[in-house]
Amino acid sequence: MKKIQIFGGGCAKCAKLYEHAEAAAKELGLDYEMEKVGDYQKIAEAGIMSTPALAVDGKLKLEGRVPTVESLKELLK
Amino acid sequence: MFKPVQLLADWLVYGVLGLGRETLAGSSVNFFVFDTIKIFLLLACIIFAVSIIRTFLPPSRIREIILKKSRFSGHLWAAGLGIITPFCTCSAIPLFLGFVQTGIPLGVTFSFLVASPMINEVALIMLFGMFGLKIAALYALSGFIIAVISGLLIGRLDVEHLLEGFDVSKKIQNAVFGAEMPWPERFSFARDYTLDILKTVWPYVLIGIGIGAWIHGYVPENFLARWAGADKWYAVPLATLVGIPLYSNAAGVIPLVSALTEKGVALGTTLAFMMAVTGLSLPEFLILRRVMKLKLLFIFFGIVGAGIMFTGFLFNFVMK
Repeated sequence: MKKIQIFGGGCAKCAKLYEHAEAAAKELGLDYEMEKVGDYQKIAEAGIMSTPALAVDGKLKLEGRVPTVESLKELLK
Repeated sequence: MFKPVQLLADWLVYGVLGLGRETLAGSSVNFFVFDTIKIFLLLACIIFAVSIIRTFLPPSRIREIILKKSRFSGHLWAAGLGIITPFCTCSAIPLFLGFVQTGIPLGVTFSFLVASPMINEVALIMLFGMFGLKIAALYALSGFIIAVISGLLIGRLDVEHLLEGFDVSKKIQNAVFGAEMPWPERFSFARDYTLDILKTVWPYVLIGIGIGAWIHGYVPENFLARWAGADKWYAVPLATLVGIPLYSNAAGVIPLVSALTEKGVALGTTLAFMMAVTGLSLPEFLILRRVMKLKLLFIFFGIVGAGIMFTGFLFNFVMK
């Protein structure tokens, strides 16, 4: 099971990244679990300084942008 | 440099639309078409180039550079790197914690927090497009100096006890990530980012240039000098105050202000207004309240606001 975490304090872009990531995971047919991390201290501890950010299985993949569903599929593979 | 754009605008307005060269409508519409094409060309090219540079300098890399500097040069680097970092209000808190908790001094963090929104590429491109290179450079330099001095001052004051809402003693490790990217990904990042910005700013740019073109054509020369000329002491503080709630609309405000300057608003007043629009933002103020007491926020805004007004008065005085 892949653990997909979306980091962000609840701005519009964070919701969009969540949506795109979930759509990408579904299209890939992944066995996945989504988690939203909104706590600023936890976001900072993960090394993120620009939200929204995305981590897969605890590894940071991107920060500060919302890629398309297509490019997210590459990251989630 | 923009001669082909002017030729294109002339052809569209005088040729295709058939407006008379000497008429008010003709010159206003020509002004609008020329500025619109020029600004969008500049925005697309420069934002794309800056975005490519950014793929080499993710925030964690910037933090690492600043961490390695001594205290004083830390301020210079923080203000300088703040220019190329995009600033988003929603990232202000993680950014702040990410700086302070890895051991970057509070004052240096503030230098970054001032420079990052104030000297952003969209504002600089708009200033360059509407006012020319000299004004854009003056703006960037003044913003840089304000950022460095504000950070130095806040670092001098004993304000650590005014932080709240998080564990100040907590330390986090810096880990650089995101700097390695294959070139196609850098390009697609830059393309997406550029389109994103253009999508957000285009209505403001059009409205700003539109109203600006109208003012250019229909408002008499020096009409505003009576109220906002360089000899009016209240113009600078008033412009600074009015600029605060206009946050994030630099793209629309600059064309408007350029037309107003033409009609007699003094340059220092214009600069102060622009800096207040970008550098003093209400949403940023509100969100930073989560990590600092109101007193520190007022100190921060007070120092930056004073710096902005000083710059305004200085330019009004020198240019008089």
